[in-house]
Amino acid sequence: MANIEKNIIDGLTGLRDWVDDRFPLMQNWNEHLAKYYAPKNFNFWYYFGGFALLIFAIQILTGIWLTMNYKPSAADAFASVEYIMRDVSWGWLIRYMHSTGASAFFIVIYLHMFRALLYGSYKKPRELLWLSGMGLYLVLMAEAFFGYLLPWGQMSYWGAQVIISLFGALPFIGDTLSLWIRGDFVVSDVTLNRFFSLHVIAFPLLIFGLIGAHILALHEVGSNNPDGVEIKKNKNAEGIPVDGIPFHPYYTVKDIFGATVFLIFFFGVVFFMPEMNGYFLEHANFIPANPLKTPEHIAPVWYFTPFYAILRAVPDQLGGVIAMGMATNIFLLLPWLDRSPVKSSRYRGWNFRCALTLFVISFFILGWLGMQPVTPLFTWMARFFSLVYFAFFLLMPFYTAIDNDKSVPDRVRD
Amino acid sequence: MPSYKQLYKLIFILLMVVSASVSAAGGAKLMHMEVDLSNQESLQRGAKTFVNYCLSCHAAAYMRYNRMGQDLGISEDVLKANFMFGTDKVGDTMTIGMTDADSLRFFGVSPPDLSVIARARGADWLYSYFKTFYVDKSRPFGVNNLTFKDVGMPHVLWELQGAQRLAHRESADGEHHSPTFDDLEIITPGTQSEAEYDQTVQDLVNFMVYLGEPIKLKRGKIGVWVLMYLFVFMIVAYMLKKEYWRDIH
Repeated sequence: MANIEKNIIDGLTGLRDWVDDRFPLMQNWNEHLAKYYAPKNFNFWYYFGGFALLIFAIQILTGIWLTMNYKPSAADAFASVEYIMRDVSWGWLIRYMHSTGASAFFIVIYLHMFRALLYGSYKKPRELLWLSGMGLYLVLMAEAFFGYLLPWGQMSYWGAQVIISLFGALPFIGDTLSLWIRGDFVVSDVTLNRFFSLHVIAFPLLIFGLIGAHILALHEVGSNNPDGVEIKKNKNAEGIPVDGIPFHPYYTVKDIFGATVFLIFFFGVVFFMPEMNGYFLEHANFIPANPLKTPEHIAPVWYFTPFYAILRAVPDQLGGVIAMGMATNIFLLLPWLDRSPVKSSRYRGWNFRCALTLFVISFFILGWLGMQPVTPLFTWMARFFSLVYFAFFLLMPFYTAIDNDKSVPDRVRD
Repeated sequence: MPSYKQLYKLIFILLMVVSASVSAAGGAKLMHMEVDLSNQESLQRGAKTFVNYCLSCHAAAYMRYNRMGQDLGISEDVLKANFMFGTDKVGDTMTIGMTDADSLRFFGVSPPDLSVIARARGADWLYSYFKTFYVDKSRPFGVNNLTFKDVGMPHVLWELQGAQRLAHRESADGEHHSPTFDDLEIITPGTQSEAEYDQTVQDLVNFMVYLGEPIKLKRGKIGVWVLMYLFVFMIVAYMLKKEYWRDIH
């Protein structure tokens, strides 16, 4: 018995060594998992990066199977989605996982970004980690936008029409640019075909590459933590951070548990409320696209609504487009706007804590406003909260420079 | 260390996300009905009303007769005898003979496909729509609708419900007020009493909700098993995590 066991182990070890002579297998395993030392005090907020990776895998896999039955043409797209929902074995499950995955991706990414704000994870030396993450966020928005056209419902069609026409507001190049994006004078079969191509090939590849860069950047500088303490400053004789633990097995087993809790919620939505009352699958998108009939109320899916509210808050169309572009891109400047020497909000003063709270509140209210029809009151509310939104960033160099920060401990606390 | 507190926090925040999305729903005032997909007899009656009254002008081109038969417990013989008028192949979808060009000439608008109409409009809207036709001589078919103003469709269920009129009541201060559902009253009774007609409409809407998403009959039942499995796995994963983390201080 023992002999067989020994033979198997020897065989596997031999195979591993054979591969290792030709490919940096163990080197990568160690560098990124077994000997990647992560701070031992990760809390709840540190689950969401892993969740995002899980959702990416779900989207890729369900996307491959959806593509087997979906038809990217104006004549067949809507019908092919219903074909998937009714006639393809388990097609409904694959479709609901993909549609729920889209919203879940944004929920998780927003919480992941909030974590970075909460603990100053964008600050030196993690600027490139933050920039690659922001790149991922912007590419993800484009990916979601392309994907939303594919079911070819009324909201798919008119949402795309509205967003693409925004490019038309740019001076000089506007009309040519929007024509170039659409490939036609209105959103049409041509647009659907190219959005399909971008959604299933170009942007997933970009996301894949950026995830790689994001993780490489993370493993170069090391993870931040809720105390904002650099664990690499305290190493033992073997050069291992004393407050660090190997990512594998400690955080792999922890993330398996976290992922299971996430999946309970995810499949709770998939099986029991896949439309999420019209927030994940909009009611109007169950009406086939009709280029001759504009819906009364065009609203983007919930994850774009804060920016949509900012767009509508500005009276001038070009101004609105610029404001919206700034609102999504201004996060890129965070590492250089923040002048505080302290990372974690645990040891920051009240200036930053209040500013962050106001920012989160205004983000939620803008998100709600972006779903509502325009009224004078709502427009003024959107203007007010847009100001709060931008003030969080633009005033940051001032309120963080004079904040009454506390002293940061040398070691992580828990 | 982490664990319980973190688990609660995770559950809390995910619940917040879910409940925020649920409570934010709203809409115009409609009559409300409880959709009950577990009532197979109601679904069968609704299917009958649907094929008899709707399926001559409207198609449901994504729905197959035999899928409906399997889901609603209707045998293929009964399907062929009582539910299928345009075809005798049970694997066919519910299409109609009328062309778009013809229907455009007849009604001024092509009747939309009804496969997923319940998902677009919602059950309450359909329920209200079927109950709020009223006599209006200015319209081509002599009827208008309080839920869908100036709709191009005639009141095809009129022989069941009878004819309603919209009573123009003035409020106490003599001001004009926009008509509400309460202003409708039956002037010519139909073959069904008000309660019977209400049941007919509820059955029909029940069926149309099923029609919009046939898997709805089953997905909740599958979901219970999936969640039970994940729940057990979560406990195992938690114990594994705790075991590994025992030596971290």
